[in-house]
Amino acid sequence: MKKLFAGLIATGLMAAGPLAWADALLINGAGATFPYPIYSKWFDEYHKIHPDIQFNYQSIGSGGGIRQITAKTVDFGATDGPMTDAQLQTAEGWTILHFPTVLGGVVPIYNIEGASGKLNFTQRAISGIFLGKITKWNDPEIQGSNPDIKLPDAVIVVVHRSDGSGTSYCWTDFLSKISSDWKSKVGKGTAVNWPVGLGGKGNEGVSGLVKQTPNSIGYVELIYASHNNIDYGRLQNKAGKFVNCTLASVTEAASSIADKMPEDFRVSITNPPGADAYPAATFTWLLIYKTQVNKDKGQALVDFLKWMLIEGQKYTQDLGYAPLPPQVMEMEKSAIEKIKIK
Amino acid sequence: MMNTHCEERSDKAICRRLNRSPRSFRSLAMTSGLGDRLFKNLTLLFALSILAIAAAIAWELFKNSALSRHAFGWSFLTRQIWDPVAEDFGALPFIFGTLVSSALALLMAIPLGVGVAIFLAELAPRKVSTACAFLIELLAAIPSVVYGLIGVFVLVPFMRVYVQPFLIKTLGFLPLFRGPAYGVGMLTAAVILAIMIVPFITTISREIFLSVPIALKEAAMALGATHWEVVRLAVLPYSRSGIAGSVFLALGRALGETMAVTMVIGNRPEVMASLLAPGYTMAAVLANEFTEATSDLYVHTLIEIGLVLFAITILVNAVGRLILYKMSPYAEPH
Amino acid sequence: MPGTYRHRQWVNNAAFAVTGFCALLTLGVLFFILGYVTMHGISSLSWNFFTKLPKPVGEPGGGMANAIVGTFKLIGLASVVGLPIGVLGGVYLAEYGKGNTTGFLVRYSADIINGVPSIVMGIFAYTVVVLPMRHFSALAGGVALGIMLIPIAVRSTEEFLRLVPMAIREAALALGLPRWKVILRVVIPTAMKGLLTGVLLDLSRVSGETAPLLFTAFGNRFWSSGWMNPISSLPVMIFTYAVSPYEDWHRQAWAAALVLLMIVLATNVGARVLMRNQVKVVA
Repeated sequence: MKKLFAGLIATGLMAAGPLAWADALLINGAGATFPYPIYSKWFDEYHKIHPDIQFNYQSIGSGGGIRQITAKTVDFGATDGPMTDAQLQTAEGWTILHFPTVLGGVVPIYNIEGASGKLNFTQRAISGIFLGKITKWNDPEIQGSNPDIKLPDAVIVVVHRSDGSGTSYCWTDFLSKISSDWKSKVGKGTAVNWPVGLGGKGNEGVSGLVKQTPNSIGYVELIYASHNNIDYGRLQNKAGKFVNCTLASVTEAASSIADKMPEDFRVSITNPPGADAYPAATFTWLLIYKTQVNKDKGQALVDFLKWMLIEGQKYTQDLGYAPLPPQVMEMEKSAIEKIKIK
Repeated sequence: MMNTHCEERSDKAICRRLNRSPRSFRSLAMTSGLGDRLFKNLTLLFALSILAIAAAIAWELFKNSALSRHAFGWSFLTRQIWDPVAEDFGALPFIFGTLVSSALALLMAIPLGVGVAIFLAELAPRKVSTACAFLIELLAAIPSVVYGLIGVFVLVPFMRVYVQPFLIKTLGFLPLFRGPAYGVGMLTAAVILAIMIVPFITTISREIFLSVPIALKEAAMALGATHWEVVRLAVLPYSRSGIAGSVFLALGRALGETMAVTMVIGNRPEVMASLLAPGYTMAAVLANEFTEATSDLYVHTLIEIGLVLFAITILVNAVGRLILYKMSPYAEPH
Repeated sequence: MPGTYRHRQWVNNAAFAVTGFCALLTLGVLFFILGYVTMHGISSLSWNFFTKLPKPVGEPGGGMANAIVGTFKLIGLASVVGLPIGVLGGVYLAEYGKGNTTGFLVRYSADIINGVPSIVMGIFAYTVVVLPMRHFSALAGGVALGIMLIPIAVRSTEEFLRLVPMAIREAALALGLPRWKVILRVVIPTAMKGLLTGVLLDLSRVSGETAPLLFTAFGNRFWSSGWMNPISSLPVMIFTYAVSPYEDWHRQAWAAALVLLMIVLATNVGARVLMRNQVKVVA
């Protein structure tokens, strides 16, 4: 209790202090939850170099990021799924630019009674499971690619995301590309009409449910799987190889299509052609207006973007994010010049 | 009646008032005078602002759900599909889930809450009672997300390993208790809701029980009632409207609860007969999908779900009041 | 047979045994939850937690000082917005609003506001405060929470004022006090204990709300000055950290939950201690 009282008194005194911060430039941003850890690291490091600039990022979701930047209630947005043409139209004539920041991968996690280790999932297997067509773990489609692991005769409990998210967008985008059945029945989106399964809230909810429910399968960002020590499997990529999700294979997914990268960076990198590319990877983007009305904020954003491409990329791997491939970084450096500061 | 004799007294003002004619004496109880009118109108102003706020919320919900109301019409309430990609929506599973989970939660929470309140007010020594009341109030302050986490880490495994298999074994012949034991599900959500709403019922009921006039209780005791009969005959009837009030408050929270529910209900938009099956509520789908919804129709649909919940709250409250009114015909319409 | 003294005694004992069991169950669950939060949170409480700003994951020494101050600010603002409306509205209902249409409508409205999910309240405050102002602010958060305070304040104020016996009112009127003084100086002080219970329960419930703040107060990694900037708060931090993949942030989330509970407990205890001298016992 003493610590509490002392702490409260101290915070009371500290509350007087913050008035000094009123001079700092506060730049607000909103968006995806997936890159929140790396963004908070970046903004903290940047604040150390430029103490008069405060980047305040809140992870309210990719959709939230898109809505808030369109409504201009924040200075920048962040999203795991690129804005569609229709969404860009709602910005009333103002142009919003996409800037990729890091890469992430989505992995299939599972919890099987009596079996552990890395499973290989063919394209048919993974789409069949999520469509509800493959219902038992010892189905030949799954067992066939895993001769060393004895899978039980148990019903598969599918777990998906209940909330809309960029992770789901990436996963359903991947499933749409590898299964025409999925594409016609369900499609891709941050939230979809899942044929089967329980819904967990957030990556945390899905990994929690999978950890606790025997014979279940779900999908989460790589970081959640590796930090929670859950088994996750290899996916079969376009080239037919079973690839494990690593920072290298995720970056490979991006570089394998780098030559086809559109100018506005709005691209899907699921199921890419590369031999060692991981098939369920995605960029995450910052959304920034092309014309910056506020001179100070605009300049701060441009400076930060430049810092992010050079210095920022160094912090990614420690936190479990894959850095941008060099080709994309080059393209971005010239894209930054497009931002006009009034 | 003349009041000239008051001039000789020191308490002139009181004397005059007391000697006024009966008619104006009655008028003392009514509002007269500037102070009274001001006060009454001040409180009236604030009371009307509550009306205005509720109307404003209803209006905003109505206005911002225009697209989906036009797209789906009344069939929105009866269809079972929820497809954000094809933009085809129907709210029936959510309505079902909200009503079932809240009803079940109330069924568990009312006896429990009132029972605890009776115990604390009648049996427990005063100090223990006050201390426990404090702590129960704390339950109300625990953030919903913390309830959700405890639900996920403690309640769900408990349900999956002990409670649900037990129910399947003993009551599995009923369609209410069929299906695999996931741990998450409608029943689990109802349990966590019940825990969350008990503090409202208990705290307020206890305070009311303690305020029952001693005279009423003594009258029952004088007639030879046992302690329990005193409670049954004197305390409970007196407190009925107050308990009902606390139940309405509890119901309000149950209907609108998001975080804790979405973490333990399974989030499956399907109407199922079994209580062990996963479900979905209106508040939960709103919390889950609102931040990510970007297309206008999608956003409007979610807001329409908010509107439907609003309408259901109005309806449930109306039904509840009707039942209450029927229950106590001598009580004032509340 | 029913009606004999033995039977009635048996019913008496059985009924109270049931209530005792209810109490045991509820208090058991309560202590379990409080214990769980304490156990998980106590290890992460430190001087830093109360005095430092949040740090990115993996860096030691971060804290939630701004969230603690933010919670106080938001609850304070919410009280200013919601409590006057709630309490004075309750006074109206109890003293002037019995059985008339206005009273009925106001009561009904309060119950309806109570049923609005917290996220819808946030969306409402977003459309009414944030969009016109074009930025998130503590003010918007205070408005959202303030509206949520109204129903419980109204209901409990009305209930406890009604419990004050008519005899007390009549005695005061008989002494010549104008009606408004009777209410203000006699009735309300008599019901003060109950009113306080209602208000504290109300504030306790609202201090743990997360969803309304996501779209209004937004959140802030830094200190927030004034009322027009985004502001951090404990519930939002708990939510953000709890759904992250990092063990360190999970521990901080539990610590924040514990601190929130301690604040609520301290407020409740403090208010009751202060009020003890002014409480008048009813009947």
